[in-house]
Amino acid sequence: MAAGEHKTPNYMAIFWWLAGFTAVEVAYSSLLPHSQKALLILGLVGFATIKASLVALYFMHLKFERRSLGIIVGSTLILGVILVSVGMAEHLLPRP
Amino acid sequence: MEAIALTHAPAPGHEEEYTTTGIPHDKMGMWVFLCSEVMFFTGLIGSYIVLRFATPLWPQPSSVLNIPLTAVNTFILICSSVTMVQALAAISRGDARKMKLFLCLTLLFGATFLSIQGVEYWKLLHEGFNPHVSLFGSVFFTTTGFHGFHVFCGVVCMAFVTGKAFLGKYTQARHQGIETLGLYWHFVDLVWIVLFTIIYLI
Repeated sequence: MAAGEHKTPNYMAIFWWLAGFTAVEVAYSSLLPHSQKALLILGLVGFATIKASLVALYFMHLKFERRSLGIIVGSTLILGVILVSVGMAEHLLPRP
Repeated sequence: MEAIALTHAPAPGHEEEYTTTGIPHDKMGMWVFLCSEVMFFTGLIGSYIVLRFATPLWPQPSSVLNIPLTAVNTFILICSSVTMVQALAAISRGDARKMKLFLCLTLLFGATFLSIQGVEYWKLLHEGFNPHVSLFGSVFFTTTGFHGFHVFCGVVCMAFVTGKAFLGKYTQARHQGIETLGLYWHFVDLVWIVLFTIIYLI
């Protein structure tokens, strides 16, 4: 963290965003009928992605790090997405 | 090689260290470790998603798990992340007193998270929900258990770093330990954000 010289982010603002998104997530999950599964998954995954990005970018300071570190982390995430996608494709795609 | 190395100025908190990448060695090592952890948790989360897709009768998580309690626990872990980053910000400004305060708070929040998870497990086991009862039970305890183990390791390391902080081992010019542990701690928080959504809410 704190690699280069950069303006210190407003950590409390990030904290309140994270807390707010958590509350919204719980409300969204409990209020939305579970028959609308696609909308539920899309919304919740969206909220989780925003929250995880806030932690990685501001608390872990990835936003202020060198590009080389971003490439290392980014390539790992791409591999992770491929891993999950292949597993899901196994069930979603029709078998010959 | 040496000429290249000397072209990079050391980062704040790493005054005596020169690297060819411009990223301090301990930080780079932690990032590489965290990348391997990303793959570890991706395997667990991926398995959960695949098993859930493949199982027609999957219980609604809210019918088995205590969502409000876990939401509070999620909030506690987010609090611990903000106190951790504030500890680093404090020592970067040279404020050792606030660094110690924020480290203690992080330690407290981490221990509270583990205690609440312990209570949650105890209640679930007493209600008959255990790793043997269903596929959901099996993947739930495996995934959250591994995360809990990571938090436990973080709390142990946090206790060590907090002890060093009270011994005056960290200064404005040298505080790699806090920075490196902070990365690990935020990663554990980040993983929980994903787990809470996928296992508890969806």
